[in-house]
Amino acid sequence: MASITIDGKVFEVDAKNNLLQECLSHAMDLPYFCWHPSMGSVGSCRQCAVIEYANEDDEKGRLVMACMTEPREGARYSIEAASTFRAQAIESIMINHPHDCPVCEEGGECHLQDMTVMSGHTYRRYDGKKKTHHNQYLGPFINHEMNRCITCYRCVRYYKDYAGGTDFGPQASHDNTYFGRWQEGSLESEFSGNLVEVCPTGVFTDKPFSKHYSRKWDLQSSPSVCTGCSVGCNTNPGERYGSLRRIVNRFNDEVNGYFLCDKGRFGAEYVNSSERIPVSMIRNSHDADPVQIEADIAKEALSKAAKGSIGIGSPRASMEANFALRDLVGEENFYAGIAENELGMLDKIIDIYQNKPVNIANIKDIENSDAVLILGEDLTNTAARLALGVRQSVKNLGRQMGADLNFPIWHDAAIRQLAMDKLSPLYILSPHTTRLDDVSHTTHISSAANSARIGMAIANAIDSSAPAVKGLTKDEKALVAEIAETLKSAKQALIISGTSSREPALLEAASNIATALQDGDNKANLALVSAESNSMGLALMMQGNNKALEQAISAVKKSAIVLENDLYRRASSSDVDAFINGLDQLVVLDHLKNRTGEQANLVIAAATFAESSGTFVNYEGRAQHYYSTFKPDSAIRSSALWLSDKPFNEITAACADAIANCDGITDLTPGENYNFAGLKVPRQHHRYSGRTSMRANINVHEPKQEQDEDGVMVYSMEGVPAIKDASVLNSPWAPGWNSNQSIFKFQENAGGALKQGSNGQRLLLNTCTKKTWYEAAGSNDAKEGFEVFPLYHLFGSEELSAYTPAIQEKATSAYISLNPEDAEKLGLQASDGVQVEHNGAVPFIVREATQVGTVGISVGLKGLNFQDISSAVALDKADNWKNSETWLAANIIASDKREVNIEGVD
Amino acid sequence: MSINNPLTKNIEEGRAPFTFKEYKAAGGYQSFTNAVKMSPRDVMGQVKDSGLGGRGGAGFNTGLKWSFSPDPDGLPRYLVINADEMEPGTFKDRLLMESDPHLLIEGMITASYAIQASTGYIFLRGEYTVAEENLLKAIAEAYDNGMLGKNIQGSDYSLDIYLHTSAGRYICGEETALINALEGKRANPRFKPPFPQVSGLWGRPTLVNNVETICNIPGILTHGVEWFKGLGLGDECGTRISGVSGRVKNPGCWEMPVGTTFRTLLEDYAGGMQDGYEMKAFLPGGGSTDFLTSDHLDLPMIPGDVAKAGSRLGTSLIMILDDKTCPIGTVRNLIKFFAHESCGWCTPCRDGLPWVEHILNKMEEGEGEEKDIGVLKEMCGYMGPGNTFCALAPGAAEPLQSSLKYFMDEYESHIKHGCNYK
Repeated sequence: MASITIDGKVFEVDAKNNLLQECLSHAMDLPYFCWHPSMGSVGSCRQCAVIEYANEDDEKGRLVMACMTEPREGARYSIEAASTFRAQAIESIMINHPHDCPVCEEGGECHLQDMTVMSGHTYRRYDGKKKTHHNQYLGPFINHEMNRCITCYRCVRYYKDYAGGTDFGPQASHDNTYFGRWQEGSLESEFSGNLVEVCPTGVFTDKPFSKHYSRKWDLQSSPSVCTGCSVGCNTNPGERYGSLRRIVNRFNDEVNGYFLCDKGRFGAEYVNSSERIPVSMIRNSHDADPVQIEADIAKEALSKAAKGSIGIGSPRASMEANFALRDLVGEENFYAGIAENELGMLDKIIDIYQNKPVNIANIKDIENSDAVLILGEDLTNTAARLALGVRQSVKNLGRQMGADLNFPIWHDAAIRQLAMDKLSPLYILSPHTTRLDDVSHTTHISSAANSARIGMAIANAIDSSAPAVKGLTKDEKALVAEIAETLKSAKQALIISGTSSREPALLEAASNIATALQDGDNKANLALVSAESNSMGLALMMQGNNKALEQAISAVKKSAIVLENDLYRRASSSDVDAFINGLDQLVVLDHLKNRTGEQANLVIAAATFAESSGTFVNYEGRAQHYYSTFKPDSAIRSSALWLSDKPFNEITAACADAIANCDGITDLTPGENYNFAGLKVPRQHHRYSGRTSMRANINVHEPKQEQDEDGVMVYSMEGVPAIKDASVLNSPWAPGWNSNQSIFKFQENAGGALKQGSNGQRLLLNTCTKKTWYEAAGSNDAKEGFEVFPLYHLFGSEELSAYTPAIQEKATSAYISLNPEDAEKLGLQASDGVQVEHNGAVPFIVREATQVGTVGISVGLKGLNFQDISSAVALDKADNWKNSETWLAANIIASDKREVNIEGVD
Repeated sequence: MSINNPLTKNIEEGRAPFTFKEYKAAGGYQSFTNAVKMSPRDVMGQVKDSGLGGRGGAGFNTGLKWSFSPDPDGLPRYLVINADEMEPGTFKDRLLMESDPHLLIEGMITASYAIQASTGYIFLRGEYTVAEENLLKAIAEAYDNGMLGKNIQGSDYSLDIYLHTSAGRYICGEETALINALEGKRANPRFKPPFPQVSGLWGRPTLVNNVETICNIPGILTHGVEWFKGLGLGDECGTRISGVSGRVKNPGCWEMPVGTTFRTLLEDYAGGMQDGYEMKAFLPGGGSTDFLTSDHLDLPMIPGDVAKAGSRLGTSLIMILDDKTCPIGTVRNLIKFFAHESCGWCTPCRDGLPWVEHILNKMEEGEGEEKDIGVLKEMCGYMGPGNTFCALAPGAAEPLQSSLKYFMDEYESHIKHGCNYK
């Protein structure tokens, strides 16, 4: 801490931070552009200038950039004295800006607008012509309007330096500096959407949003949680006229910080899909046409159907919906709706998190780790936000090098220039190359089972009381020794694995390594990634019983209620077909049409995340509450409320009561009795327009504001927003700060934890200090056919986001991946297709880094059902093959993308 | 032995530069033999004691600059020669490199030993193709004769030198932008601290010195500190290359004792103004220095004295503004150059200079307005020292601010009647 004086007032500041950050933390309005709390300072925009005085007698002082200044004990600064310079800076920044705010999508939440007003530039003196630029096509996610650029370099610092993108950068120079790609084309980074929020003005805007644009102040929004994967990034969806318009990041320092992946940002438009089930439907026989029914009739039909029925839950439905179904059919009739293998792995994760001496890693832990081992998880494709975190972790060596030379931690450029390409160690064991290979020390190609054996050996090399592994090759032994030594000497090691490999031994190996690294209170970070937004919650609800989908199928009941679940994604088609054919009655609650729902007798129109509230449990076992963003049409209800007659809060409370470890889920909201001076929290901005007119074509009387299920927020502009002490942080806004930069007004310190709102509740507490081990498995027996490993796609593998047009543009149809030697053995030419046993014919790609005798098979992409493929599969050249237009190899996310050998691509 | 022109002693117009053999025969490469008998810190100390100031423009004591580098840690460290001579009106390094390349190579070897550099780079202006050719030849000869490479002259010291030709930006003359360019990055300057001595090229300790500065090293280590001090006039040390461009009888550059006056340079060396022309003002050391007038001709060409008169000595190659050339047009040309050469990193430079250029264009086209004078004055302060990321914009503002001081009547007449020099 240091004591400094700013404009005559004394402040206690943290000397580790720069002066700008401290000014903001102390509620001073100091304008800035290029600084960002996650990216540090470079001092280019000159907007945060202040005067620093050398001593008590110095009256003139010197101009310094607050973002590049370390607060000195006893120093004297003035913000006021540099106001003329700041006004000059903004005036010259605005010389070439088009002033097109009325037609610019950033207008109303534009940091440039805010800073222009704050800096006092009101009159244009420059009378010359403005510079203009050509704009580029940057893919389905991002609009480019370079004329608005103020050359703050934030975009490139985010895209290249922070997110590791390589296809975007600054070009030309002087006042003609241009930010774009070397040629038009889709941005390659899977985190490109953050450009929309990082850019202080409207150069990069959200393309899907612009197709049905609305001003920020006209959007109804709520705190929400992404449904894209198990990370559970916090989001703010925005709605207008009954359709979901966009998703923006909602800051949570423990889960996602300032950034989302592109699936999270652009993958939620399935809410507006034409494939939605708009109304409940019923039919008496499989062949009859379905008949639309009113909600009350649907509800009655559902209760009637519940008797003697089994319930099949879902990893993408909320805790409340799953619990309501469990309550309705009875605990003994409730099944998880995921495969036995996956449920077993999730149970294992819960066991490890609770009963092994490890630290469950959140995003901050991941970013702060200085040695990372990833076991068999293609993190960019299965939990992208964590991959971005790992990309930050490898920079810790550079930060340490900087610290050794007393560089301040925020001095971003200096640290990068010092570190050059020196990175903290990252080791990846994977059956294929991954997007993170560009920053990995070694990516070792090996099957999941073998990676587990290597992992077990690493644990043994770190702590000899861990079980030993026999039969490793010489190269593997050397790798084991190297990784063990690296992890042991790290200050904070991190092990990442997950369920995507379907290999439980990988989780055991990860657990053993983390356990081996434990030394007293010093525990290794461990992150075990699950598949979906509530996989962990579903596993918690099953409480260790093995009632998975296989058990449901063999339960021999005549009626089943399936909650938000397409069973064909969980078990082989033949098994599901047999199951459904054996039923007299199938009830499906879901939001989108799918193969299971098509065969139902009763389809119930279920609300999506945007139209309902609920709780998800993320990969860490963190329960997070999402509030409905808007009230759906009356035919659509939240699954929990379809399935239960209790008020929503009572379902949550009953779930917390009944299910072990779930007490915390009742603490996620301030409770249904919450109010501030009698008022609730508004979903609508105080500048929301059209309130009295937007329904006037239907009825001139304004309807009574409807209550939501949580009883905390209202679908209204009336109430007490977060800026006035509400404990729920909706969309950030503060006087003078209309853009997302206003979030610092809600943080304890600029860039730090939130003062209001919830970070969620960790449900699994780890107090274990005792080392216990999993036994190492023997080596696998050779099988007939190719050994299969799954290939996940950030864009396309996940069920719901795949309904979104922008995501579809970045996805591809199904394919397989082979070693060149195997491709030759099968007699394949580049343009051939491959017939996959018990499945369709698909195109293939050749990758050097695939082991001979193994085949990668895409998961969830159209054209193949991974569930229909056994662990060893026969492949043949397909007859009369022709590649379809939906086969887009360029959309594959991997480090060796450019080496992918496929004719007619790129 | 009393050599009084150590920088140019081997240079003769019309003759090819000395080969390695000829250079050695003329007493060359002695400085390394002398230096290697001393500890690197002692060599540094000699350079510091000699009073040699940087010849790139800033004039900072060279030995003192070297002494800021941390002690060697066994890992690479670098000497980088700033040969990107792009300051308007400056052509001294070109003479040295084209006409006596071995002097620079010798200076680099000895300087590298002093700072214990493992590698030396010459960052050469791309247009200097003759210098490139001659330097490459000299480097090859030095390798062939054991003055570069492993264990130079049987000592423990090894050094490699590489020549890098610039893709051509004025900003590459700024030492940290030069380092970025050398690393293959955009030529934007870096924030200091950290200084390159601590974290420079490839994140390692690096010293960046001007060509002429390093060409002084062989003399100091061959003939000694006292000899070097004796070369200057009065308290000044050494010689430097100064020159003249503009409408003088005999434009060019010459080596002369530090402390020589502008008048001596102009009248004795350059032969005075051409007939029919009178001097209106001059830029004392490149395009990014303030104008001085005939009142200042008797000043010695010493950084401190020139600073007191309100300008900078800079590269000490003066540009004459005569009475038949429009001063506003002259400033406009300079500003146009600087605006184009702004790297685009920081706001006052990137967006301030084009505004100034726009106003000066208006003035020249007869479209200037009274209010423009106020903006020009304001811009000088806005782009002033400390307000920008590096020294480009403050330097660019110098001819502008001094033109407002000396030629306000010209500005006013431009506003009223347009440019009457056309």
